[in-house]
Amino acid sequence: MTAVVNARVTLETTEPTTRRRSPFGRFTHNPVVRISVFVIAFFWTLPTAGILISSFRDPNEIRGSGWWSVFAHPFETGQWTLDNYADVLSSAGMGDAFVNSLVVTIPATVIPITIAAFAAFAFAWLRFPGKSILFAIVVALLVVPIQMTLVPLLRLYGDLGLTGNFLGIWLAHTGFGLPLAIYLLYNYISTLPHEIIESAAVDGASPFTTFTRLVLPLSFPALAAFAIFQFLWVWNDLLVALVFLGTGSRTAILTAQLNELVGSRGEDWHLLTAGAFVSMVVPLIVFFALQRYFVRGLLAGSVKG
Amino acid sequence: MTTISRRKRRSLTRRTLGWGFGFLTALVLLWIGVVVLLDPDSITSLMASLYGLVGLEGQAAAIAERGLQEGFIRLITVFFAILVGVGGVWFLFTAGNALIEASPSRIRPRLRPWLFILPAAAFLGVYLVFPLVETIRLSITQDGGFLDNYSFVFTDPAMQTAMRNNGLWLVVGTTGSVVIGLLFAALVDRVKREAFAKTFVFLPLAISAVGAAVIWRFVYTWRPPGASQIGMLNAAWTAAGGEPVAFLQTMPWNNFFLILIMIWIQTGFAMVVLSAALKGVPTELVEAGRIDGASEVQLFFRVVLPSIRGALITVATTIFIVILKVFDIVFVMTGGRFETEVIANRMFNEMFRFRNFGRASALAVVLLVAVIPIMVVNIRNLRRQGIGT
Repeated sequence: MTAVVNARVTLETTEPTTRRRSPFGRFTHNPVVRISVFVIAFFWTLPTAGILISSFRDPNEIRGSGWWSVFAHPFETGQWTLDNYADVLSSAGMGDAFVNSLVVTIPATVIPITIAAFAAFAFAWLRFPGKSILFAIVVALLVVPIQMTLVPLLRLYGDLGLTGNFLGIWLAHTGFGLPLAIYLLYNYISTLPHEIIESAAVDGASPFTTFTRLVLPLSFPALAAFAIFQFLWVWNDLLVALVFLGTGSRTAILTAQLNELVGSRGEDWHLLTAGAFVSMVVPLIVFFALQRYFVRGLLAGSVKG
Repeated sequence: MTTISRRKRRSLTRRTLGWGFGFLTALVLLWIGVVVLLDPDSITSLMASLYGLVGLEGQAAAIAERGLQEGFIRLITVFFAILVGVGGVWFLFTAGNALIEASPSRIRPRLRPWLFILPAAAFLGVYLVFPLVETIRLSITQDGGFLDNYSFVFTDPAMQTAMRNNGLWLVVGTTGSVVIGLLFAALVDRVKREAFAKTFVFLPLAISAVGAAVIWRFVYTWRPPGASQIGMLNAAWTAAGGEPVAFLQTMPWNNFFLILIMIWIQTGFAMVVLSAALKGVPTELVEAGRIDGASEVQLFFRVVLPSIRGALITVATTIFIVILKVFDIVFVMTGGRFETEVIANRMFNEMFRFRNFGRASALAVVLLVAVIPIMVVNIRNLRRQGIGT
């Protein structure tokens, strides 16, 4: 449930808000306010800037002086290098881990969203026995912390031989993501105009055709919004990846591999900084490029409930 | 008449054949994909037999003998992974639909909804309902049984440290995120280029906790006295005349340094939600307060804060639950050493390292029980605002 709120509110409110006016009605020229905003934003960015700058510095430079010292002589080209990235992608295994992250994340986003969309459509527009009880269960399951599921699933996976392969973690992420996905998509799909759905039925379309040809395209904003949410969640997850994939070189994803590096090469800052940035680059691109979908999707469907 | 029906019949046959062929191809591809996924080494033998099938026995023998390049195996694995993961789920739904449409028309309408609902129900059953029941059962029956597991949770000295730390995390982390988020939201509301300024505070929300841990490990990093301090915090501290501090190993302050990372991440969330709520405060209300002669600070605490109460509760409960389950930050930064243990990290270690499934389950149950009352507050709050179920 909180996750819902979290997702929903995030999705609703990341919209650039400049169009709506502040209740205070005017901009201030009070220097204290402006400086405070600048100071907070500055300190919030400083740690990330530190690793970004360090990741391009020569390893000896990193060890020899603080990263802020580059500002004394920023144009001295000898101090800059791309070798850290070459190292961390090949020998430190982050290249393989990047591929693994993609292999885990893409299906772990597509599978739950497909299954949830089918279910949400049935909950919204089809009649079947036990519907309201099933939906109540879905909502109740939003509460369950992932920790509550790990021990039995670990044992089950051990028996089935599903630990350490991609199939197992897709299915796990699918199961964990479903309650939220069904709930959010239901909120959107149930508000589609019933004339559309009914006229399709009158024209002789089966529910399957109505769903694939009509409902899915119409629900694109909600699907995109949940896809981004789930994608970032799976990409950034460490717990589920450690439990179901482990840290073997063939299956370790970025977060698990970065954690390995912290353990084994904790003082090799040229690797850690570049590695951290490699693990962050996709979320950052998604964040900057698709910020709009974060908003649009759930706005329409879930504001009223 | 007859020609039409014959043509119709022929096209039907052709269509059925096409369907059947497509179905079989998809089935074979998926089957190969699943085999490859379960055992990546099978690619070698698969390729060998494929070459053998088209008559290149020499090549086949060479492959079987020397094996394939690691990179090639990875490429094939990736291909089949995406194919099985993305195509498989659609294949199953389409095939299920074809089966239902082929069923007698009398039962068809009753079957149809289940195609939509059964896959989801199965996943929820296997991945949430079954584990829920099973975890409770394990916490009662495994290891030393009910008394032993739960007395460990509440009386073991290490667990008491974990409980104390979790409490500290909840109070300091939640308060910190909400207060700073509210402060920034209120301030940024008044300046130009608001959206731009917000991005900087919102950004950490997109980064993984592991990434954030590495970022902050670099901020806290420690060098012996005399060496040049490359960690920001120690550089500032020594510049101010202090001795270098190993921040992550100094008890009990190290807990606060870990909590700061969580505040750094969650403030963005609080800021975005509260900022939107602030914009929803009616202008008339603020104007009326102004006319009555209230100062800006009075306005904020007497007028603005009460009218964004719902958003504040939403933000606080959401962050509270995230922090209750905090794992990654502690796991990566200290692994729970130096008295920084928290419940979720301990649960992971009991489960994964010590294989004490009973104790781990008891810890999970404690987390669930702790989440429920917060959830009730949250849902009530949403109801009051007219959102939610």
